Amino acid sequence: MREERAQLPEVEAEPAATTSAAGTQPVLVVRELVKRFGGLVAVDRVSLEVWPGEVVGLLGDNGAGKSTLIKVISGVYRPDGGQVLFEGQEVAFASPMEARRRGIETIYQDLALCENLDAPANIFLGREPTRRRWGLLKELDEHYMLQETRRVLEQLDIHIPDLRQPIRQLSGGQRQSVAIARAIYWNARLMIMDEPTAALGVAEQHKVLELVRTLRARGVPVILISHNMQDIFAVADRVVVMRRGQKVGERRIAETTSNELVGLMVGAERG
Amino acid sequence: MAKMLQQLALPAVKTKGSPLEVISRFWAWLFLLLLLLFFSLTGPGFFSLLNLQSIVNDMALALLMSLGQTFVIIAAGIDLSTGFTMGLAAVIEAVVLNALVGRLPLGLGLALPLSILIALGVGTLPGLVNGILIGRLRVPPFIATLGMYGIARGLGFIFSGGGQPVSVQIPGVGDIGNGYLLYYHPAVGFSFFHAPTLPPGARPRDLISILPFPLIVAIVAFVLCHWLLSRTRFGRHTYALGGAPEAARRAGIPVARQTLKIYMLSAFLASVAGVLYVLRFTNGDANAGDPLLLDSIAAVVIGGASLFGGEGTLVGTLIGTLIIYVIQNGLVIIGIDPYWQFVAIGAVIILAVMMDQAKARVLNR
Repeated sequence: MREERAQLPEVEAEPAATTSAAGTQPVLVVRELVKRFGGLVAVDRVSLEVWPGEVVGLLGDNGAGKSTLIKVISGVYRPDGGQVLFEGQEVAFASPMEARRRGIETIYQDLALCENLDAPANIFLGREPTRRRWGLLKELDEHYMLQETRRVLEQLDIHIPDLRQPIRQLSGGQRQSVAIARAIYWNARLMIMDEPTAALGVAEQHKVLELVRTLRARGVPVILISHNMQDIFAVADRVVVMRRGQKVGERRIAETTSNELVGLMVGAERG
Repeated sequence: MAKMLQQLALPAVKTKGSPLEVISRFWAWLFLLLLLLFFSLTGPGFFSLLNLQSIVNDMALALLMSLGQTFVIIAAGIDLSTGFTMGLAAVIEAVVLNALVGRLPLGLGLALPLSILIALGVGTLPGLVNGILIGRLRVPPFIATLGMYGIARGLGFIFSGGGQPVSVQIPGVGDIGNGYLLYYHPAVGFSFFHAPTLPPGARPRDLISILPFPLIVAIVAFVLCHWLLSRTRFGRHTYALGGAPEAARRAGIPVARQTLKIYMLSAFLASVAGVLYVLRFTNGDANAGDPLLLDSIAAVVIGGASLFGGEGTLVGTLIGTLIIYVIQNGLVIIGIDPYWQFVAIGAVIILAVMMDQAKARVLNR
């Protein structure tokens, strides 16, 4: 178990270093990606790039193919055509686990946390550090987990008063923060967030968006799926608009308006 | 170790919260205390070393079964097959021991460990099958273990050759199961493991026997299981599995293998109970564990585990088991028709589930 711990990400490492070193090539390149379900073409020759330290909004109406695209990237579905390159290498993930091992973390709406366990237990779920008791029996290293949880939450400026209570007792935003902290702790190199603010109150939405900015500042690129225009304008650098499985437009946030984006989403405007 | 003892002695040491929350958290302790108080005041001889030991001695077998059941229920499952798995292990133990000593002539010192190994091995097989059915083939736990209930029952009767308990008439076997760790008599002092031969004139009724053998086994099993559940990855993954199986899977926990291990643990502990039954009653009865099944499930639920999974502790299960056996024992001592114990325990189970729901409401507010 010690070996595994040695590989833990140094969370306090200078994010700037990562950015400048990797800044010369995109983290993710998607080329002409196709995904079909029977006769339905859910994703139709979509290409996009994500650069280090960039927040890319993925915008589209229900059924536009956003989720399918994301699921192909994160290893849930196999593509029927096209290429996915991650950190310069072509990848074909057989499972979400494989994608995660490479550093692609997806935070789904349903969070994938165990609500009956506390924050440290969730952050280390499936990768719990252990120590030996009486030189023989392997025990959970609760102290270490608690310490590391404090550390990563502090760095992300997340405040949870009692870390030992089951996260069911936390607010929606706090739970979202735990999920994000987990991804960061385990060295996510690309974060995909599916409607992260959907079920939250206004104050909590702000908190989560702030967290997205923190990630960007640390050099971790984010793909943010949303149909909340405000979110996109608040944090995204670039936005990709999908409609009926196709990419219909791509804009720098500074150079577009919500009217234009809505026009692209519903097909009134041509990319 | 000190920390562990502290944890054994006290339930989750979180006393903050509303009075309602505190009551819903500690009601089982309170209830047990009230029961002990009530029977001590009304039942002559209830509060004596002899009787209290006989309560814990009686409950040792059921406790072993509830330990495994706790893991299963926390993982959002249910194991209906433990009763007849215990019976099957008892029959195997008796048959194999008889064969080893009678036909092969082996000494008891060799035959006993060997037969126990075989009985525990065979008794764990139903758990292996349950685990594969539930973990890999996605058969609902209720159905898989109900099927195994029938299979283990049938096999128990078949191996015992027609449903009669297999008698073990080997000298020394019953001495182990009915022995105590420590004896004390004013005339001879302390002696370990074997009851002392008393000098003429010493009154046999002054002999004090401490820690009956089945209880020692149950205590050891309890401490080990408690450690396993609260301190290890295995325990943590058991909670994760019951709380959110999908989250557990996404976190990389080998869900199928974890499920398999949990059901094997349950069957193993039931088999230990089966072996103990033979050592204590010197016969292998396929029906030995059947009456204990519902008690063991009830104990887990009374102890605060949620049948929806993800919640529960072994300290709670211990309290639940104590409550059931104190009721059974106490009602007999105060002279109430023993059939009322079923009524009383049924009522306690319903009370427990209501308390659990009240707690959930308080916590989720």
